Formats: sequence, C-alpha cells, structure tokens
Amino acid sequence: MATYTTNDFRPGLKFMLDGEPVAIVENNFVRPGKGQAFAKTKVHYLLSGRTVEKTFKSGESYEVADVMDTEMEYLYTDGEHFHFMDPNSFEQVAADQSAVGDNVKWLKEQDACSVTLFNGTPISITPPNFVVQEVVETDPGLKGDTSGSGGKPATLESGAVVRVPLFVQIGEKIKVDTRNGEYVSRA
Amino acid sequence: MTHNISVLKERALVLRLIREYFHQQRVMEVDTPLLNSYTVTDPYMTALRVENYRAEEQVIDNADFVEGGYLQTSPEYAMKKLLCSGSGDIYQLNKAFRADEKGVNHRSEFTMLEWYRLGFDDIRLMQEVIYIVQRVTGIQRVRVMSYRDAFLSLLQCDPYALSLDELKTKSCELVGELPENMLFDNYLTLLFATQIEPQFNPDEITMIYDFPASQAALARVEETSYGKVAKRFEAYAGGLELANGFYELQDAEVQLARFQEDNQTRQTLGYPEIPIDMSLIKALQQGLPDCAGVAVGVDRLLMLRLGKTDIAEVLPMYMG
Repeated sequence: MATYTTNDFRPGLKFMLDGEPVAIVENNFVRPGKGQAFAKTKVHYLLSGRTVEKTFKSGESYEVADVMDTEMEYLYTDGEHFHFMDPNSFEQVAADQSAVGDNVKWLKEQDACSVTLFNGTPISITPPNFVVQEVVETDPGLKGDTSGSGGKPATLESGAVVRVPLFVQIGEKIKVDTRNGEYVSRA
Repeated sequence: MTHNISVLKERALVLRLIREYFHQQRVMEVDTPLLNSYTVTDPYMTALRVENYRAEEQVIDNADFVEGGYLQTSPEYAMKKLLCSGSGDIYQLNKAFRADEKGVNHRSEFTMLEWYRLGFDDIRLMQEVIYIVQRVTGIQRVRVMSYRDAFLSLLQCDPYALSLDELKTKSCELVGELPENMLFDNYLTLLFATQIEPQFNPDEITMIYDFPASQAALARVEETSYGKVAKRFEAYAGGLELANGFYELQDAEVQLARFQEDNQTRQTLGYPEIPIDMSLIKALQQGLPDCAGVAVGVDRLLMLRLGKTDIAEVLPMYMG
C-alpha cells in the first residue's frame, strides 16, 4: 500500500481520509522550535465536495488515493449517464449526474475534458479553462456598439448562458472562460 | 546556475561579526563533533543517521568499530560536557541537522550559533541575545512578555487555568479539525504557533520567557504565583522564531527523569524509543556550573538582515 506522509503534502496531493479521497487545497507547515509539528491544511473531500480546515500531526502517513485526472473526449449523454472516451486507449467511462454537476452546461460533443477517476470511476469532470462555442440564441444587438455596456445574455450550443457584448450575433463563435463563465472575446 | 555572491559576502560578514563579538567577550569557540553515537530523546525531533554506504559489502575487521552515527540536532549535549569539565564560557558556530524540515523557514541542514555563559540566568542571557539580534538584523525595537501574558493578551485565555477539554474545544474553534490523541502541550504548541506567533510585530524583536514547566526540556523549573514555569525563553521577529534559551538545569537525576519521560511520551505517541546518552548524565553528576545557554538560527538572522522571506535565498549555496 503506497502512502504519503505529511512531508509530501502540497496543494493538489490526493490521499485517503476517513475512507474518502481528499485533495489538499492549502498546506502550511507549523514547526515550533520545541514541541509537536503540524501540517495545517485545507482539504477538499472529492466525493462530498466539502472543504474543511484540518490539522495533521507531522510525520503521520496516509494511503495514496487511487485518483487520476485524465484528459478525455466527451462523447454523448443517454439522458442518465455522460460518456467519455480516452482518445489514446479508446476506453470509455460513464459519469453520472452528480459527477458532472453544474459543468453539464459546458459539455459539447467531441470536446476535450479532464475527468477525475477514483478507483476507475469518474467522480468529477472539469471542462477546459477556455472553450470556443457558437452562439445559438441572443437578442439582436445595436449596430456600432463596441463596448460591453452591460451586455446581453447569449445561449451557447452546449446550453450555457453567458453575458456577451451587444455586438455579438447568432452564429458567431466566442471564447468563454469556464471558471467564471465570462465572455473573453470573439473567436 | 550561478550563486549569489552578494549574499555570500553578507553571510561572511555576519559570521565575522559574531566571532568578533565573542572573541571580544572572551568566550571561547569550540567545534564539537557533528557525528555522534547518541541523539536527543525529544519526542518531536528526528535526527539524521549517517552510515558508511559501503558497509554492507565490506568486511569490517573490528566488530566493535562502528562507523557513522547521528548528525547533531544541536551541540547542546557536547557543549554541556565541556562545561562540566571546566571549559568556562563557550560558543559554537556550526551546522545542525534535523530530519523532516523543509519550508521557507526550515532546512534539514542549517547554521546554528549556540553559546553558554557562566553565572548568567535566563533574563541576563536574553539581554545578550537581544543585543546580537539587533546588531545582525538591524531591528531595534524589543517587546518582552511571559508565555502566560502572551496567551492572556493575544488569545484572551490563561494556559494555566484551562482544562484539557477546554483547551481542546478552544483549539478546534480556532484551528479547525484536529488529530486524535493530542497531549495538553500539543494543543498549547499549536495555539501558540498558529494564533499567537502571527500576531507578533515583524519590526520588533519579541522575547517570550517563563514557559510551562511541561515544556522545560533542559531548563530549570521555578515556582511562581500562578504555577510552575520553565526558565526558558524564545526570541522572535514577527512569527519567525530566532532563538531558544535555557537557564540550565543542573540536577542530573531530574534531567535523567525528563529523558525517561520523553521516551514515555514517545511510546504514547507511537514513536521509537531513543537510547539515553548516559555520558551527559554522568557529566551533569560531576557538576554543571551555574549557567544559561541559547541557540540561534543564523540563517534566519540573515533573512531578516537582507529582507528575504525564503531561507533558500540566504544559504551558502542556492539549492532551491
């Protein structure tokens, strides 16, 4: 059984805690000149999604979580599951609604996506930081407007709704930051 | 990869300042062995062990001759043995090694200044520490408070009045989820490091004295109106710990009992037991003169002098 000790702790490290995989968000080494040393961390429980401030005694060890982030291609949904494929091995996995969560609105067939697998099962998906998508619906904007004075909502082909500047028209492709859902530019 | 020669020059200057000061004070420089057959029993310190890397393939003629040992975590035991033999005031400017230490303020190998003054108590030695820290770092302002006062004024609680349960509740409130099987002192240490130290002014040298008796280590213990205190002190600049000093315990039997307690604590925590260095106990039985001693992290003084926030930037060679 592979283990990590608190000395290996760094943001992003994943290990098993109380039977659940967790990822370290923040880690601070608390090392007094005399006395017990600690790792003061923020951990993110990957299944339940909660983030907790947790302190560990220095030197304690934890089982490595079999958690992997894999680049996969989104194939399709059958209404219940979302199917992804590893473009190298052609292996397919099915993610359920809870794993996909809010990110469902960014999923476009054949787009690359980062899929987090725990013991081979998808537990979360992360769309690319930036996606380029076609606007399928928006109000016609005013001619000549070049600045985003408040903008207007636009629906993308994947279903996401983002605020865009008034000059953006149906059929145009735009670049969007999926982390905050904001319009970046015309593509 | 190039190394920062201007930092190296500052380092050389600081080492020289320190040596000149002690030379002028008629304190003798000693360089005790870095490699020792024994190490400290302190439950929270891990030494590095050294061995001949060819030992397995070599036939060793003399079975009694075992090469290697522990790298010193500090020169304290060795220097005390010299004090017991009548060395008088001594200092050492050398490397110390501790396992599991790497961070912006920590390295496994670091430079330690340690000295002992005959006839000094902790208060008098604190004054000398302040003088040296001021001279090397340039920080002039000083604030001095007892461990208890630090808790009272910065955390609004009295470490001498809290029960283990109250301490646990308070720690969880302030720090978040905590490990199981924490000892009373573990909570105090954690609160001190995470809640009190960060409140120290970075432009000021903060001196903390009179630690709880349970954290005495090698310091003598005295009775006060609110309980027993260890005659131990620490120096800080902001949250950066710079020095740890003791009004040294002279009683060999009490020292032996503390080492044995350390091993009991190790057992409670599931850490390996460490054989006690009986030659230190024997030396103390011969008689340690009335003295106070302190260890100072020289790399950290350099960080303050040069305004660096990562110890890597002041080491003799940049190793990341």
